[in-house]
Amino acid sequence: MPEPIAAQPKVRLDRVTKRYGDLVVLDQLSMDVAPNEMISIIGPSGSGKTTILRLLMTLEQVTDGIISIDGEPLTHMPKNGGLAPANRAHLRRMRTKIGMCFQHFNLFPHMTALQNCIEGPIQVLGMSKVEATARAMDLLAMVGLEEKAGEHPVRLSGGQKQRVAIARALAMRPEVLLLDEVTSALDPEVIGEVLQVIRGLNKKYDLTILMVTHQMGFAKEISDRVVFIYEGKVEEAGAPDQIFGDPTSERTRQFLSAVLEAG
Amino acid sequence: MLDWRWDFAFEVLPRLLLATLNTLMAAGLGYGIALVVGLVFALAQRTRYRLVTAIARESVEFIRSTPLVLQIFFVFYVFPQFGIRLSPWTAGMIAIGLHYASYLSEVYRGGLESVPRGQWEACTALNLGTARTYFRIIVPQALPPALPGMGNYLVGIFKDTPMLSVIGVAELMHTANAIGSESYRFLETYTMVGLLFLLISLPAAAGLRAFEAWVRRAFGLSR
Ligand SMILES: Nc1ncnc2c1ncn2[C@@H]1O[C@H](COP(=O)(O)OP(=O)(O)O)[C@@H](O)[C@H]1O
Ligand SMILES: [Mg+2]
Repeated sequence: MPEPIAAQPKVRLDRVTKRYGDLVVLDQLSMDVAPNEMISIIGPSGSGKTTILRLLMTLEQVTDGIISIDGEPLTHMPKNGGLAPANRAHLRRMRTKIGMCFQHFNLFPHMTALQNCIEGPIQVLGMSKVEATARAMDLLAMVGLEEKAGEHPVRLSGGQKQRVAIARALAMRPEVLLLDEVTSALDPEVIGEVLQVIRGLNKKYDLTILMVTHQMGFAKEISDRVVFIYEGKVEEAGAPDQIFGDPTSERTRQFLSAVLEAG
Repeated sequence: MLDWRWDFAFEVLPRLLLATLNTLMAAGLGYGIALVVGLVFALAQRTRYRLVTAIARESVEFIRSTPLVLQIFFVFYVFPQFGIRLSPWTAGMIAIGLHYASYLSEVYRGGLESVPRGQWEACTALNLGTARTYFRIIVPQALPPALPGMGNYLVGIFKDTPMLSVIGVAELMHTANAIGSESYRFLETYTMVGLLFLLISLPAAAGLRAFEAWVRRAFGLSR
């Protein structure tokens, strides 16, 4: 189990187990993420990386264990001295702290880039349309898509869609941002423009970022810490230089050499 | 040769045109009821409450498996036995509205199911509530694929309005029957009724297709 890294972690997974029927996807996985930390999650396909993010986004329910944000249980609430499954109000309150970008963007196709970015702020945060639009335009400018604000997703390239999706997530002012293989559905030539947007995001927007990625070079360059997941457990976690330069686990070593060979 | 009399045709035309208005009104009202009740049926089948889902599911199945004309008779002649006495129009609108609601609910369901799961997940990630998720994100995307089916049933309900004649709703068919039994002339009357249906159905179908294309563009779902 990785040692605690801050007095109050921003995100804590405490012996989290996720099963689908007999299939154990996460096996008593524990992991802490410090405020403002940029974490890269790497590991073989099917090892449970996406599941970690989906549990954090409350898209799935934990089978066992506790996830907490700022020390508060995410999907549980105190009841009669113990913990009971959280009700809707609790979930909605906790979700305000978390945002997510998906592999396939999941933009709303019937809305323009700008409308995608103001929907949540207006409908959920209760922002005025003027304010939401001003902030969304700032974010679209930040991702380099000011002039595409009026376009529907069908008219955007994959890289542009993913940048809109990042702007849309940021528009909700999350404290924790989850990025699930945001470049793996993209053509190689547009991956760089999306990575460029992610670089420095945690500092600029005061975010804690958990990024699942296969871009090892990028992970090494920008992460504070890299977590290697193997068969639903944290096999190894550490500074990028250590994980990529001198992994202690044989499995990490094997995975990295296989990935580097594949290019 | 056919014994076609133009003078008779022109003589009864005004009555038929007037009845056409009733037919259009019956189709429009019935369809309006079907649109709303169909949505209720469809959403009821998606709630977490098993009993609600089961009742909606079985009602839809039941209505879809029995003939419309039987349902019309039932509402008009059997409901009074339970103390519910309805005019032909009211009974007819309830019967045909519910009948088409059950078909439309299936169209809605298909539309809702065509929206990718990722759209729901994006709504959760943006913390949108259930109602907003449905009405701002899911329904606008479920509508375009549902439109062809909805259009078919609009034409369908229009063509089924003659069944209302069995309980005395004064639509086209009922009027044509009345003319026939007064004059013993059927050729001109029924031919004109057929033409009137054709004259409305064909442009309506073409208009609906144009509307579908427009909606897809307006929703940004095609370039
Ligand atoms: N809804 C589900 N039902 C059943 N099995 C699932 C479901 N979601 C994911 N899995 C399984 O869980 C395992 C881990 O999936 P995932 O977290 O997506 O892996 P990764 O992102 O590391 O590739 C896989 O074997 C996958 O097939
Ligand atoms: Mg994955």
